[in-house]
Amino acid sequence: MQSDTDIGEGSGKFPATRPSAVLAAQSPHPVERERGLSVLLAVYWKPVYKYLRLRYRESNEDAKDLTQGFFALALEKEFFAAYDPEKGSFRTYLRTCLDRYVANERKAARRQKRSPGAPLLALDFEDAEGELARAEPAGGRTPDQSFHDEFVRNLFTLAVEKLRAECALRGKDLPFLLFERYELDRDPDENLTYEKLGEEVHLPVTQVTNFLAFARREFRRVVLESLREITASDHEFRDEARSLLGTPAP
Amino acid sequence: MRWLSDRTVQHLRRVAEWPDLGETKYRLLEELGHGGMGTVYLAEDTVLERRVALKVVATAAARPGAAERMWNEARVLARLEHPGIVPVHDAGSLPDGRIFYAMKRVDGKRLDELAAGLALPERLRAFQRICDAVAFAHARGVVHRDLKPENVMVGPFGEVLVMDWGVAKALEGAGSPPPDGAPPARAGTTAGSVVGTLAYMAPEQAEGAAERIGKPADVYALGAILYFLCAGRAPFDGAAAERRARGDARAQPESPRRLVPELAPALEAIVLRAMALEPDGRYGSVEDLSADVARFLDGDRVLAHREGIVEQGRRVFARYRTPILVVLAYVVMRAVLILYGRR
Repeated sequence: MQSDTDIGEGSGKFPATRPSAVLAAQSPHPVERERGLSVLLAVYWKPVYKYLRLRYRESNEDAKDLTQGFFALALEKEFFAAYDPEKGSFRTYLRTCLDRYVANERKAARRQKRSPGAPLLALDFEDAEGELARAEPAGGRTPDQSFHDEFVRNLFTLAVEKLRAECALRGKDLPFLLFERYELDRDPDENLTYEKLGEEVHLPVTQVTNFLAFARREFRRVVLESLREITASDHEFRDEARSLLGTPAP
Repeated sequence: MRWLSDRTVQHLRRVAEWPDLGETKYRLLEELGHGGMGTVYLAEDTVLERRVALKVVATAAARPGAAERMWNEARVLARLEHPGIVPVHDAGSLPDGRIFYAMKRVDGKRLDELAAGLALPERLRAFQRICDAVAFAHARGVVHRDLKPENVMVGPFGEVLVMDWGVAKALEGAGSPPPDGAPPARAGTTAGSVVGTLAYMAPEQAEGAAERIGKPADVYALGAILYFLCAGRAPFDGAAAERRARGDARAQPESPRRLVPELAPALEAIVLRAMALEPDGRYGSVEDLSADVARFLDGDRVLAHREGIVEQGRRVFARYRTPILVVLAYVVMRAVLILYGRR
C-alpha cells in the first residue's frame, strides 16, 4: 500500500520541503510570523477584498479598510495561531475568521477609517477593483464558491508571474513566451497548432513541443510549491491539490 | 500583473495537470477524457509513428494506492490478449513522477451512449461479446469488478472492448511475478473497502466483503449491464440507489418488465438470475449466462425461465413461424380439396 504521500508517486518531483507559511504564521517569533503572514497576504488579500465587496456589498473604500484591518489584526493578535489543520482547510478557517471579523466590526460599529495615504499594508486595491469590474457574473455561485474561485485565480496569477520571473532569471524567456501565447493568450476559436506557433516564432515544431512541455512542467511545479507553502499539513495540501488541478468534478 | 479570466483559469487547471512527456517517445496531442483515477490523452508514438491513448494517473485521484492501481491495470491488460480487451503497449513513469500506460487508441462510443440507438437483438449480441471478453479474463484468473456500460466501448465495425481494468483483481495463483521496479498486481482488496460502481455492483462487493468477491461478482455486474440494455437505465436508480448509498447492499432493483412491459419474461428471467442476491443463485459462469442469452436470441427455451404452455406455444410459433404457416396452409388446402372432392 502506498503511503499517503503518493501524489507524483514519490519521485521527489513533488514539493515536500517548502516551509508552510500557515505554520510560520502561527509561530511565536514575530519575524517568522511576519514572513508567514506576508505569504498568506499575497495569496489571500484579493480573494478577501472581493469577498467583502461581493458578499457583504461593502463599498470599495470600506472593503479596503476591512481588508487592511483584517490582515493587520491577524498580524497583531495572532488569530491564525488557533488554526487546527485537523479541523479543516486553512482557506475555510480564514474565511470563517473574516466573517467573524466583519460581524464584530459591524456589531461594535467601531471600524476606524484608516487615514488615506497611510495604509498599513501596501495592497493594490485599484487592481483588485479593476478585476472585479472585468469579472463574469457570479451566475448562481455562492459566496463560498466565489471566494474559492478568487483564491484559485490569485494563486494561478501569482504562479504565472513567478514563472515569468524564474524563466527570465534562467534565460528561458522563449519557453515562457510560448506558454503565454499558447496557454494564456490563445483565443478559444483560434486553431493554433504547434506548427503555426513554430512558424510565428521561427522554431521547429519539436522545439515548440519541448519548450511548452518545459513551461507546463515548471508551471505545475510553481503551483504545487505555492500550494504546499499555504497549507499546514500534508493532508490539507493533498486535498487542495485535488480540488485545484485537472478538471473539477461535476 | 495580468488578470486571468474564468476560462483561462479553468484552462490552467488542466495545464497544471498536463503530463510532461519531455523524456518519453510520446508527443501529447489532446485530452480524450477523464475519470476518477486518471486522464486519457491522445498522443503520438514518435518512434512507431502511430497514435495511442495514454492514460496518466490524475493528481485529483491521488490517494493511497493510485499508482498501484494504475500499475495493476497496465499489468492486467498486458496479461489479457483478447479482441475484446484493449491491448496495452507500454507503461512507465513520467518525468513528473506520475504513472502512465499507453494503449491502443479506440475509436468508438461508450455502450451507455450507444445502446438507445440499437435494436434489442443488436444490444444482446454486443452483450455476448462483453461476456466473451470477461469469460476470457476469468479463464486467465482476472475479475474485472467494475463492469458497467460506461466501461464498454463499441467500435465503428461493431467491435466491443471492455475498458477500465483499474480495480481488477487477480485471483490467487494467477499471473506471473512483476518486473523490476513495478509493484505487484493486487491479489485482493482490504476488507471493508468498496471498489467499483454501486449502481452495477454485486451485493457482496457493495458490502466490502473482499474475500467473497470473485467471478460471481462479475456475473452479477453483467446481469446489471443486461438490465440496462433491456430497461434503458441502471438497475439501481432512484429509490434503490438511495437505499444502496445508505448502505443497504441487498436492495433489490425494480423489475425490468415494470419499466418495459413488452420485455420478454424469459429475458427478464435471465437478468434476474444473473443478478441473484446470493452468488450461488447466479449463473455458474459467464459462459452459462452468455449461452442463455444465445438461447433467447435463437428462440430456444432459456434455462432461467420455466415457461407455461401458452408462452411456450408463442415462442415455438415465433421461432418456426414460416414452416408452421406453410404446414398450416398445406393442411387447410388439403382439407378444402377433400371437402370439395366429397361433393
